[in-house]
Amino acid sequence: MGPPDPILGVTEAFKRDTNAKKMNLGVGAYRDDNGKPYVLNSVRKAEAQIAAKKMDKEYLPIAGLAEFNKASAELALGDTNEVIKSGRYVTVQTISGTGSLRVGANFLQRFFKYSRDVYLPKPSWGNHTPIFRDAGMQLHAYRYYDPKTCGFDFAGALDDISKIPEQSVILFHACAHNPTGVDPRPEQWKELAAVVKKRNLFAFFDMAYQGFASGDINRDSWAVRHFIEQGINVVLSQSYAKNMGLYGERVGAFSVICKDVDEAKRVESQLKILIRPMYSNPPINGARIASIILTSPDLRKEWLEEVKGMADRIIDMRNQLVANLKKEGSSHNWQHITDQIGMFCYTGLKPEQVERLTKEFSIYMTKDGRISVAGVTSGNVGYLARAIHQVSK
Amino acid sequence: MAAGSLFASVPRAPPVAVFQLTADFREDRDPRKVNLGVGAYRTDEGHPWVLPVVKKVEQKIANDASLNHEYLPILGLPEFRANASRIVLGDDSRAIKENRVGGVQCLGGTGGLRVGAEFLRRWYNGTNNTATPVYISSPSWENHNSVFVNAGFKDIRAYRYWDAAKRGLDLEGLLEDMESAPEFSIFVLHACAHNPTGTDPTLEQWKQIAAVMKRRFLFPFFDSAYQGFASGCLDRDAWAVRYFVSEGFELFCAQSFSKNFGLYNERVGNLSVVGKDADNVQRVLSQMEKIVRTIWSNPPSQGARIVATTLTCPQLFAEWKDNVKTMADRVLLMRSELRARLQALGTPGTWNHITEQIGMFSFTGLNPKQVEYMIKEKHIYLMASGRINMCGLTTKNLDYVASSIHEAVTKFQ
Repeated sequence: MGPPDPILGVTEAFKRDTNAKKMNLGVGAYRDDNGKPYVLNSVRKAEAQIAAKKMDKEYLPIAGLAEFNKASAELALGDTNEVIKSGRYVTVQTISGTGSLRVGANFLQRFFKYSRDVYLPKPSWGNHTPIFRDAGMQLHAYRYYDPKTCGFDFAGALDDISKIPEQSVILFHACAHNPTGVDPRPEQWKELAAVVKKRNLFAFFDMAYQGFASGDINRDSWAVRHFIEQGINVVLSQSYAKNMGLYGERVGAFSVICKDVDEAKRVESQLKILIRPMYSNPPINGARIASIILTSPDLRKEWLEEVKGMADRIIDMRNQLVANLKKEGSSHNWQHITDQIGMFCYTGLKPEQVERLTKEFSIYMTKDGRISVAGVTSGNVGYLARAIHQVSK
Repeated sequence: MAAGSLFASVPRAPPVAVFQLTADFREDRDPRKVNLGVGAYRTDEGHPWVLPVVKKVEQKIANDASLNHEYLPILGLPEFRANASRIVLGDDSRAIKENRVGGVQCLGGTGGLRVGAEFLRRWYNGTNNTATPVYISSPSWENHNSVFVNAGFKDIRAYRYWDAAKRGLDLEGLLEDMESAPEFSIFVLHACAHNPTGTDPTLEQWKQIAAVMKRRFLFPFFDSAYQGFASGCLDRDAWAVRYFVSEGFELFCAQSFSKNFGLYNERVGNLSVVGKDADNVQRVLSQMEKIVRTIWSNPPSQGARIVATTLTCPQLFAEWKDNVKTMADRVLLMRSELRARLQALGTPGTWNHITEQIGMFSFTGLNPKQVEYMIKEKHIYLMASGRINMCGLTTKNLDYVASSIHEAVTKFQ
């Protein structure tokens, strides 16, 4: 019997709990301040436009909706980027971030003949390992999170990365690192790019939170753009699950920055060969929504405001949690909660403490002490602070 | 940074033939052009058709403010899975009553085939036994082969199916191949409306097939992409799958709702798993969850919602069956009209296979030279195998297509 999924299994256990005060700080889906799922207005408007157009349901091409692919690449790189202008890239629509990573992993397994080795930050999103492993790659790690500071182990990362065998694949979270919420600062990204270049490593960016991290889409994609500027041809996975709230519509993209247009065409043809025996062609609904939002000036503006709104609420909850912990009288340093960014926070709580939070307070999170800040509201932040203080004092 | 490109040696892959055909068709400026290639339904005006019931249900969904875009469970929308399995296995299915059926919502029929194949490669006939032979009909949908190869199987074989000489099922060859297949081999069976030949075993022939498969412990993996679309009747088109279940087989059935719901681009499929008992099925599903998690995590919600809503409301369900019958009837009409014209023209050869075959496709029997003539000279696009999509025929183009076939057959032997 297969074990329950460590992340999605938390929600399932939460659902079964009858405690009125229960909190789901497990899976990363945004919640508004009432703890409810949030359908963006820009999404609703795009959906209304789609309904009015009465389009048919013909198969998409294997690579997906062309307008979406183009808009997605432009969102990531900026529409004035030299890569976009020259056309030396390929973007294919994928089944959200997971599908993008899987297509990318399979592509590397088949065509990246220099290495089978993929280096993930320690820790990384739990699903990265099985995805790359199922695609036939070997997994390794580089130091990333420093449990002593609950921050970035910059020295450790540089040290490890400088020793990675040349031409290995190295995966970076573009922003809002999952599960820690710890991101390198721009000066640190610059040094990381330099060592990646020096060691001739192959950079794979996973960007699942563009706009959602800082509230600014350009700031959140800075690292990706910087690497490219430094002459590093990266591959990039994008997800619109969080930043457009399109979770169940499965909207994502996989991009390969290439040497030139010819290479991009060859790479695209092989990506299609990988996709066809997986699911033939992607689902249209979410990609249409995303495409309309990205390419309609009014909706794009509205979307950017809504994304900032979500990011701001998260930041506000972080501030409130720390303030409440202080009020509870906790003597620990909780600064990392506000230093970290994005949906997740590595609280620093130990598995035994996490278990107590679940058993005694009906607060659900993953065993690594990760909380989804999106599950915190002004209504329950006090309860959460009290509970954390109880198990950590 | 390497001076050359890391992907300098990546070769240009050939395009998938059926999509290239449509691309060529689109570029063709000839006003007489006809697309008999890719398998999607067309109205008599030659247009795609969004089923009226689908439009109705989409409106319902759009007006339902309680719906959001949250993640579905890994295995998909529960109401979809249960009802999709019920549709293929029947309302009175003993297997369902005995709680030994599971469903996995997948991305179309392709997704169902891939998840099933990945599971079988990992857990069937041993652990990670990539050597288990997989038998695919000759010919078959071209993607069947790729699905099983990419799932890791190393020994893909063909079983005889189409008899070109008699333009029908090579039952003797098929049964011989099953007799000589190693025990526990996997056989991909088309539940109805065989793609590309349109030739299905009769009920009696299915019984013979099932008997051999049972005796030799061969695993049935059904591909059901046309339920309802083939004969116009859901139950009739599911007969083979249900017969196998009643004979006690454990089996997989990859169901697609692309054609019978016209939901092509929403990617709606269900992998039905029939096991010996509930415990076995639960364990199988738990492993399929792990497989799904690394391919797409959880499936898209829109299409599944449409199907689930339709199947669970008696009125909408009746309307859907009616819409399906409309499509099936139009195809049947085009079959009889085409055959009648060819016979009236006195086109050399026999043409009863046009009406004897079933479903969207017909294996015309046209050879490569004749096909080339049809495409290049007559601007009628069909597959090199001679497969035509009956849905591409309309009352307006029937005469032109019939006379073109006549020319092709008389000009080239």
